Amino acid sequence: MRFIDASAAKWVIDTAYILVAFLFVTGLKRMSSPATARGGIFWAGLGMVIATLVTFLAPIAAPELSELAHTNMMLVIIAIGMGGALAWWSGKRVAMTDMPQMIALYNGMGGGAAAAISAVELYKTGTHGAAFSTLAVLGGLIGSLSFSGSGIAFGKLQGLIKRSFRFNGQQFINIIVLISTVVIGLLIAGGFATSVAAITTFFALALVLGITMTLPIGGADMPVVISLYNALTGLAVAFEGFVLDNAAMIIAGTVVGSAGTLLTQLMAKAMNRSLANVLFSGFGEGASTTSGPLTGSQKAIEASDAGVMMVFAQKIIIVPGYGLAVAQAQHKVWELAQLLQNRGVTVKFAIHPVAGRMPGHMNVLLAEAGVPYDLIADLEEINAEFETTDVSLVIGANDVVNPVARNDKSSPIYGMPILNADQSRNVIVIKRGQGQGFSGIDNGLFYLDNTRMLYGDAQSAVNQLIQAIKSVE
Amino acid sequence: MLSGVVAIYIFMLAAFTGYEVISRVPVILHTPLMSGSNFVHGIVLVGAMFALFNASSLLEQIIGFVGVLLAAGNAVGGYVVTERMLEMFKSSGVRKAHGEHK
Repeated sequence: MRFIDASAAKWVIDTAYILVAFLFVTGLKRMSSPATARGGIFWAGLGMVIATLVTFLAPIAAPELSELAHTNMMLVIIAIGMGGALAWWSGKRVAMTDMPQMIALYNGMGGGAAAAISAVELYKTGTHGAAFSTLAVLGGLIGSLSFSGSGIAFGKLQGLIKRSFRFNGQQFINIIVLISTVVIGLLIAGGFATSVAAITTFFALALVLGITMTLPIGGADMPVVISLYNALTGLAVAFEGFVLDNAAMIIAGTVVGSAGTLLTQLMAKAMNRSLANVLFSGFGEGASTTSGPLTGSQKAIEASDAGVMMVFAQKIIIVPGYGLAVAQAQHKVWELAQLLQNRGVTVKFAIHPVAGRMPGHMNVLLAEAGVPYDLIADLEEINAEFETTDVSLVIGANDVVNPVARNDKSSPIYGMPILNADQSRNVIVIKRGQGQGFSGIDNGLFYLDNTRMLYGDAQSAVNQLIQAIKSVE
Repeated sequence: MLSGVVAIYIFMLAAFTGYEVISRVPVILHTPLMSGSNFVHGIVLVGAMFALFNASSLLEQIIGFVGVLLAAGNAVGGYVVTERMLEMFKSSGVRKAHGEHK
């Protein structure tokens, strides 16, 4: 069977892994700029293909072939085929609005795989060094946590888990589960408990910990949690890389671990939340803090009047929020923007960092509709422009344009950077009804003298606007 | 192969690399980039393959099989969704050029 000898096979694998690490880092680097991003994923993908192919040489590089070698080879091929096909199929058909939970799902799978590697290595009876066992245990713990935690995050965003489970003493129970997991983990790492039962208990507890930690976290905070689990999976992969003496896994896992941690911090910052706050307090939903009553009334407008106002504007900024994505109105909005452009109106899109369900999600949704990315500005770029804007069109966004965040120190969202839509000459807000935003905080913008409310579902309201603009001669 | 000290060097340098690569990313790419880094840790597939290749009991084979299955899902799924998202990012210049060709 051996068409090349063991040392040559090992050399090929090790050399290829260097190339793979280079391709991954280059790929990620290119992915951090819009112009080169597509090439980036291609390079990283090429790295993955090379890594997978050369790894098939592993049985040849091994000192001796076990009698199970042929069965195992078949199992590897079947598993890759099945897992790959299922993921390909699901990844191709998932809607762009559901992207965050899909990332959570794939991420959890990676964590589960890292935990599985750890389990196989720990179940193997034999001589384990203390460093080896410690790393295997750490990777197993983090991987399991990420696996079950991401599963819960997926369930929540997909709407499979409707409510947040919170009860008194929950943190206390979490801490007990955490401590018992760590204690058993230490016993395993130290070589004091090596029975199958002990190892199985360890993994079971780690999985439970992921579930109990994630269940109380509200849906609004989920993106930060998903990003955190993404970083954790990277770290688990790196630890398993040390266990298996695999440089490609160490480098790729560590790069993702640190990049993911930074990304998590950026997201938490954009949401004006600290990471500890997200994990250990139950904001996100139902925090009913009513600040002082807002004076004035909400003034409604008809689509026909709003259309006229927009046609005769010089400059319009569209502020899309998650309500737009829910109504699947991004294509209609782009049609509206093009119609206005043809009439000589300058149209820009202003995206708040947390518009959509995770930072950058709204950009993806607009890109899907065909909006070129150079028309899309983020908060820092565009905030100074609102003063010179004739009409701000707010669609399905609420908290991210709430001036309360600037003015009212008692408000829970005080200090969160917002889009200054209230500073433009006119504001049109498309909204389903007179309800409150995700955080349950009343919005001062809706009561301003220069604000008009266009009630209705985003899709139909934008449609009415398009008809109104078309009818203006 | 890797001595302890060398392993720690690799870990440290890779951590700096990850931090540097991401530090200047614009917000519009946060979601695709998270998805992209999610794809990159799909390299766990390689480790899962090693684990299953070396499995010597039925229990190890079962866990190894699940590991490879999950890892392949991570790698392939991560690639497909990242590619789909990034494919849509085009500037108006590119769009106009495409329009003229039609």
